[in-house]
Amino acid sequence: MKFKICERYKIWFGISSAIIIMGLIIATVSGLNFGIDFTGGTMMQFDMGREFNVEEIQAVLVPYELDADIIHAGSENHEVIIKTKVNLSNAERIEIFNAAKEAFGIDDSAFGQTEQFGPTIGDEIKDKALISILLASIGMLMYVTFRFEYKFGVSAIIALMHDVLIVIAIYSIFRIPVNSSVIAAILTIVGYSINDTIVVFDRLRENIKYMNKKSHFEVADISIKQTLRRSLNTSLTTLLVIGSLYVLGVESIKEFALPLLAGVLTGTYSSIFIASPVWANWKNHESKKHSYKAV
Amino acid sequence: MKTKNITLFIVVVLVVIAAVFTALNGIDAGNLKVDSISDSMKLGLDIEGGAYVVLEADTDETGEALAKTMNQTQEVIRRRVDAMGLTEPNIVREGSKRIRVELPGVSDAQDAIEAIGKTAQLQFVMYDGTVILTGEQVKNAELTFDPKTDKPAVALEFNGDGTEAFRLGTKEVAQLASPNNMMPIVLDDEIISAPRVDSQISGGTAIIVGEFTVDEASNLAALIRGGALPVDLVEVQTKAIGATLGINSLNTSVRAGLIGLLMVLVFMISYYRIPGLVASMALMLYIVTVLYTLIFMNATLTLPGVAGLVLSIGMAVDANVIIFERIKEEIRNGKTLRASVDSGFTKALRTIVDANVTTFIAAIVLYYFGLGPIKGFAITLMIGIVASMFTAVVVTKMLLRIFVGMNLTKNVKMYGAYGGEQR
Repeated sequence: MKFKICERYKIWFGISSAIIIMGLIIATVSGLNFGIDFTGGTMMQFDMGREFNVEEIQAVLVPYELDADIIHAGSENHEVIIKTKVNLSNAERIEIFNAAKEAFGIDDSAFGQTEQFGPTIGDEIKDKALISILLASIGMLMYVTFRFEYKFGVSAIIALMHDVLIVIAIYSIFRIPVNSSVIAAILTIVGYSINDTIVVFDRLRENIKYMNKKSHFEVADISIKQTLRRSLNTSLTTLLVIGSLYVLGVESIKEFALPLLAGVLTGTYSSIFIASPVWANWKNHESKKHSYKAV
Repeated sequence: MKTKNITLFIVVVLVVIAAVFTALNGIDAGNLKVDSISDSMKLGLDIEGGAYVVLEADTDETGEALAKTMNQTQEVIRRRVDAMGLTEPNIVREGSKRIRVELPGVSDAQDAIEAIGKTAQLQFVMYDGTVILTGEQVKNAELTFDPKTDKPAVALEFNGDGTEAFRLGTKEVAQLASPNNMMPIVLDDEIISAPRVDSQISGGTAIIVGEFTVDEASNLAALIRGGALPVDLVEVQTKAIGATLGINSLNTSVRAGLIGLLMVLVFMISYYRIPGLVASMALMLYIVTVLYTLIFMNATLTLPGVAGLVLSIGMAVDANVIIFERIKEEIRNGKTLRASVDSGFTKALRTIVDANVTTFIAAIVLYYFGLGPIKGFAITLMIGIVASMFTAVVVTKMLLRIFVGMNLTKNVKMYGAYGGEQR
């Protein structure tokens, strides 16, 4: 079977666009499901020391009108996480914890953790995240332009944006809460995904030198094929470690590992199916213009 | 040649074993004493337990006035935190209106936060609660010794307004009959001291004498001095975590990391054979290097830091994978094993540098814009990138050359190359 990826770019671009557009539509219509660190709110975790059901906890929380999410946590599901978009003061948190202590016969040692976010913090994190992604992109674009040429740079950044958008789309479509760990993960993906793309482009840069009779699509396909093992193996080792973090890790680690899993997969995908096809198309388009002029 | 390489190989294996052993147990041999990782790593408060709170001043002040208020606020908080006797509290300004207070190891985080943020009102009052003066009119309070008895006492100093208010107050109180001839000092509705006033005191200074120990007198002075915050503070972000949960989180993450590592090692050795074994040894050295670098830099290991480290294990193999795939290609192109190793390395190096520099750029941005614990993640990522390049380029190369030199096998399959056009 002939290895043809770049010429079939319409399929890949189509799949990716569909996912991204679907994600964006859902995000615009019903908004992203932002976590409490974006909306403002409070999280409390304590150890019940036994199995429990959600209703028991809700009963204690009734007087506080929190409209809280109650989640089981810990290795034996003996711990409870309460998440609410109500921004509770320290005194209120102590009051609720005391109420829980009384109702369930637990003591201070049951305290796990608590987090509180004011309503303004979220916007700041979002702003910082946007600036970070922009700055990182500009920095990488400059480096790739300096080491390769700007068409490689722009194609790499397009693949990068693709990855960021796909991860956001997944969070939008599946209504997974977006919190600051997701932002950190997305920034990590930015670094990881470009790494994959650069490896393919590096080979492409090398191959162009002595394959000037082949079309840009063909050279790109050959380069992808030559680096395919490496792309797959590196993704696999990375997925092995993140996967084990996701399966075995605590709640906060899971929140970080999930977007990374998505990011590593889409990063590998985009380095093969997006970055090089974008570059090949661009070069192809350009050389067509040239030949037209020559006639 | 062969013997030399076998000796070298044994030396390297011993070095790897020694490094891993040191990391796990520490060594103590005469002059050479290296602590194990778990003994010397500084843990973040999300692991060790503790709390941080970001407080924002509720004020419309700007410019210099704001800066002054914030400096005073920071000072008051610093005193309140010092009174808790924690090992390494950290109080830093964030932006113009915010103060971040970090309290690692604090046992009752919720109470501590309450104690920091309270808008204490310090007042000097009369027996019936009439306010004579407030904390803002106190210029200073410090430990001193009663010149007559040499016993510990608290010296008070008032500002301009305070001097006059204190003079009038003492004049009035001194005329009252016992037990009303006292001027209680009230902090948040709690009487912290109730000295008797015998006569009018002018001149803006006074001392409180009594049966104080040195500690009691200096604590009282600190309370009077740092009693009141100049501005209301609003909690904008808080995190408090109990020590048990933190340590459990660390342990589960480390276990997850070890299982992940094991899977990576199994994959690398079964897929790449001899180079895979080499990469596994390099990976062990990589992990030890990163951990000791963190310790050397006195960096604090946070939970995201651990996640970053585990993630970097997966990524650190990348440089090796790039090299090995290149070597396999060279073998397929008909070069000898030795030549393949050398040219594979040279060709792979450029790729590795370019790929890692771009990731490094992202890590730098993450470090500058990351909030709190994310910075810890960015640091591990950066150290990881440098260390993985080092171990891949130096350690892997050296080991591969040794292996080729040992001449164990000419079978390139043992170098992961299958079905190539071996000529």
